[in-house]
Amino acid sequence: MSEQPVSEADLQAYADGKLPEERRAAVAAWLAAHPEDAERIESYRQLAAELRSSYDSVLDEPVPERLERALRAGRVRHLAMVAGWVAIGLVIGAIAGWQLHGARPALAPGADAADSMAHRAVVAHATYSPEVRHPVEVGADQEAHLVAWLSKRLGTQLRAPKLEAVGYSLVGGRLLPGDNGPVAHFMYQCNRGTRVTLYVRADMGSNRSTAFRYAREGTVGVFYWVDSKVGYAVSSADISKEDLLNVANAAYQQLNPP
Amino acid sequence: MNEAKRLVELIPRLRRYARALVGDRATADDLVQDTLERAWAKLHLYRRGTDLRAWLFTVMHNVHVNRVRAARATDTLEDEMPELAQRAPQGDALLVRDLDRAIGRLPAEQRAVLLLVTLEEMSYDEVARTLGIPIGTVMSRLSRARDKLRLMMQGQGAAAKLKVVK
Repeated sequence: MSEQPVSEADLQAYADGKLPEERRAAVAAWLAAHPEDAERIESYRQLAAELRSSYDSVLDEPVPERLERALRAGRVRHLAMVAGWVAIGLVIGAIAGWQLHGARPALAPGADAADSMAHRAVVAHATYSPEVRHPVEVGADQEAHLVAWLSKRLGTQLRAPKLEAVGYSLVGGRLLPGDNGPVAHFMYQCNRGTRVTLYVRADMGSNRSTAFRYAREGTVGVFYWVDSKVGYAVSSADISKEDLLNVANAAYQQLNPP
Repeated sequence: MNEAKRLVELIPRLRRYARALVGDRATADDLVQDTLERAWAKLHLYRRGTDLRAWLFTVMHNVHVNRVRAARATDTLEDEMPELAQRAPQGDALLVRDLDRAIGRLPAEQRAVLLLVTLEEMSYDEVARTLGIPIGTVMSRLSRARDKLRLMMQGQGAAAKLKVVK
């Protein structure tokens, strides 16, 4: 009969009562033969019990009103965001092209900057995604170099999100001129050849964030958002809004972790 | 919305964890408030059917890390010291105060693991997912946290007696 050696992880699990039933006896037997460790593990148990008894009283304290209010305030803000999202979608859908062409310089804070970014992202997508021979400047085989280079040019640490889970892999990226400065452009492709591009600019101005928004110009749909000074836009033509949302969500989760 | 109700129910647990994590009540509740606001704003990222508690603690962990980082940026003092100074006594019992101080002296990443395991009674797997670290790292941090805490509490036993005499 082969006995598994008792590991430190086993001892921790024993102290926490998390050891599987069948392993417990073996560890207990081992501890019986190692009194110093037994004492140590016992003191861990005691510490855990003391910890719980010290802080469990917090569970019974009345919850300060400001905390429940945080959720209520949050809810109002959330609803407002959804409403804004729908409204902006309608407005953009209705006025589309010419309005965005006359976009003001992106230095101006507010929705204009984000919308202007979305428009430029759509144009960039339409320009580069049909490109067969030169879709990117630097290919995914040099991903580390690509990300380091674009990060340096944009003056902020960028990341190329991993979108394999939603069916897209990185083709590569390029540097683009934006409204006020350099923009990073990443291209992804699924195995059917559909392309999605991620447009990133780091000069959105003061510390502001926007909700997720959607716009569509011609055949190109775009989800875009701003997280402090960095703006992101995920564009694609020829895939449904739901599929694009799925991709954009995957990118968003990695770029703006909860 | 069902998640809203669940979030409200989880507030006391967030507060308990935050209190042990940062020490004093006001700072802890600030952390909880920031967490709830962020969680609510990002609720669309929560995948239904997955563990809302683990997700919420992930949010809190990220908020906490950001807050500490921001505080550190404006504060060139050594990491552990300012936080220690802010940790106010919990109650009357010397034990609680000493334990609280000792926890405050643990490196932040070890403290988080220890508290999720002991207070939240999360499985090691849940802790790994919540903090976004490998399970081996959970185990080694847990082991180191306990070792340090044990040594500190032994040392403080003597210190506490001296305080009582005085």
